[in-house]
Amino acid sequence: METASPQIKNKSISVALLGNPNSGKTTLFNSLTGLNQKTGNYPGVTVDKHVGTTKTTNGIKLSITDLPGTYSLYPKSLDEEVACKVLLGNDIDVSVVVTDSSNLKRHLLLATQVIDLKIPVIVVLNMIDEADALGLKINKEELSRLLGVKIVAVNSRTKEGFEELKSIITGATISENTFYDVSKPNELSATGFKNIIEKQFEKNEEYKTKLDLFEEKDTVYRFNVINYIFAKTVTLPQNATRTFSDKADKVITHPIFGYGILLLVLFVVFQFIFFIAEFPMAWIENSFAFFMEKTSAILPAGQLNDLLVNGVLAGLSGIVVFIPQIALLFLFIGLLEDSGYMARVSFIMDKIFRRFGLNGKSVIPIVSGVACAVPSILGARTISNYKERLITILVIPLMSCSARLPVYTLLISLMVPDEMIFGIFNLKGIILLGMYLLGFVATLATAFVLKLIVKTKEKSYFIMELPVYRMPQWKSIGVIVVGKVKVFLWEAGKVIMAISIVLWFLSSHGPENDFEKIEQKFSQQINTPNNNSKQELIKQMQAQKLEASYAGRLGKKIEPAIKPLGFDWKIGIALITSFAAREVFVGTMATIYSANDSENITSVREKLILEKDETGKPKYNAAVCLSLLVFYAFAMQCMSTMAVVLRETKSWNWTLIQFFYMTGLAYLSSYLVYNLF
Amino acid sequence: MKTLDKLKIGESGVIKELTKKGLSLKLIEMGCLPGEKITLTKIAPLGDPIAIEISGYELSLRKDEASSVVLED
Repeated sequence: METASPQIKNKSISVALLGNPNSGKTTLFNSLTGLNQKTGNYPGVTVDKHVGTTKTTNGIKLSITDLPGTYSLYPKSLDEEVACKVLLGNDIDVSVVVTDSSNLKRHLLLATQVIDLKIPVIVVLNMIDEADALGLKINKEELSRLLGVKIVAVNSRTKEGFEELKSIITGATISENTFYDVSKPNELSATGFKNIIEKQFEKNEEYKTKLDLFEEKDTVYRFNVINYIFAKTVTLPQNATRTFSDKADKVITHPIFGYGILLLVLFVVFQFIFFIAEFPMAWIENSFAFFMEKTSAILPAGQLNDLLVNGVLAGLSGIVVFIPQIALLFLFIGLLEDSGYMARVSFIMDKIFRRFGLNGKSVIPIVSGVACAVPSILGARTISNYKERLITILVIPLMSCSARLPVYTLLISLMVPDEMIFGIFNLKGIILLGMYLLGFVATLATAFVLKLIVKTKEKSYFIMELPVYRMPQWKSIGVIVVGKVKVFLWEAGKVIMAISIVLWFLSSHGPENDFEKIEQKFSQQINTPNNNSKQELIKQMQAQKLEASYAGRLGKKIEPAIKPLGFDWKIGIALITSFAAREVFVGTMATIYSANDSENITSVREKLILEKDETGKPKYNAAVCLSLLVFYAFAMQCMSTMAVVLRETKSWNWTLIQFFYMTGLAYLSSYLVYNLF
Repeated sequence: MKTLDKLKIGESGVIKELTKKGLSLKLIEMGCLPGEKITLTKIAPLGDPIAIEISGYELSLRKDEASSVVLED
């Protein structure tokens, strides 16, 4: 055996961790490195790159990269391609192939391919506890000899084998054995396996055809060798059945109970995201409000103060407030995935969703859209088919998210009195439910249309492992949640921040000296001694300033365009400012109508009910309210979502198509609704 | 010609060959090799997809994909 020479002199070894999905690779990675992780991007693609560090007992630093899960080095998705390319690069000193001990045959396929690249390799027999429990015996020495590399058995739960793994990484070897057919060298195999794998990324049609043939033959050949190795090294128990999973699946994939359990799971997730998350969210908002108040009081009044408080801090608050929902959603997704339940959801939903150009794996991201589109779009990564993933991302924002809730609440309360129908149903509640249904119908209908439009050479398939049920590991999921929150804060945060500052500028600055004139007009009245309505006057001044600001002028500019929908320039301002986030609508309306308490929906409502149009009739009648409701249901009024869509699709085209489609749909629907009523 | 999608729950067969280009590599990589024993374990509530047991683990696939797996008579 030839010993590799990792850069021990630098005291840092670069390790690639790879394995099949469900090999327990990420759990192992999280157990090994804990929170010493950095999440970045692989150059040119949107696949997350997770790098963590740990130290061996000799003080050698190991820099471990967790590669995306892959079944082979013949990639079939973007994730698999990334994993393959990293291995071919020169940055990796040692490759650690993680395998599921109780499902060794299939997992060894990848291991033999990586060994054939002639790079230093270590094979990990992961989840050795499960193999033990099944009564499966693996002869490690013999397996190590046949593969020609070092082998270590580990258990991520008890950390058994961790120290051994770390200590043998420095002595990883390049195997002298080969696992592809070298007996009758042909045009391809004569060049060596690494060369074959490298050349598959060149766009050469002629080569591709030869390669396709080779890949199939090679895989069959490898399995023949693996069957031989398996027979030599693994002793199977008499009957290795996983009774628990079988029994659980009788219920979980049952025609009636299956869907019932799914509904129950979704219900619990929503309870958490809607109601439990509200407490930390309110706490964050209050803290920011307190902080903003203090900052504005401490710093001298002026432009800088205003920018800092109403631009930067307000923007920051709008980002941080999402953290509880994002963390909770990823906690649940993590639990559902690690336990093996998610695979069953895909299994029972695939047929329904396939008709709409989606995949069984689209269910959770789409339904989570009711909480917030941002984490849901990130959650669509589990879909390997490009077209199905793209459609999922494009339709998610049509689901009515939690930010629409305050807008819906305000508008519905303007439109209908507190009335019960049939004695038990609250009319408001029914309209609210209708809004959510409207969103869901639009989501599926749009997916169906996109299915006909989006072209892909990739064939839609659903070949997915149903892993056995496992107890999720909290620590590993915790590490993932922290990572996701960090990515959101940084990636989406910078865009939200920038737009918040632009919106701040537009709504707090006006052309010429209009602002000064307004201030002069009010200053005398405000400074009159014994003036009881001082607060009221300040509110009025703010309202007039907003009207004179660039945002106000924009609102008036777009008035002709939104007039057919029943909106005036005041709503126009709210539409512009709430582009940042839908819930800003309520706050803006509060400012425009100089309501006393912008946090309190009731006070805004009272002002709006009193608002009259030119003919003296109430301005906010059913037609205007319904028109606005429909507009907010469909319009892409959320820059965080756009930022995430851009990041996930890496395509300005699709981001803009989605924006214009949703805005167009909102406009047309509002127009129809306003004119029908 | 007997294919995998025709099996009933609990029935087993041995793979003879894979037809259809494109998908066969994925199926082979997942362990669906000629000579392997295969047992149908589940059919999704709406009749599709199905789940099979092969070389000690469970794999789900659509009926369309299963129809490319030819079984021994």
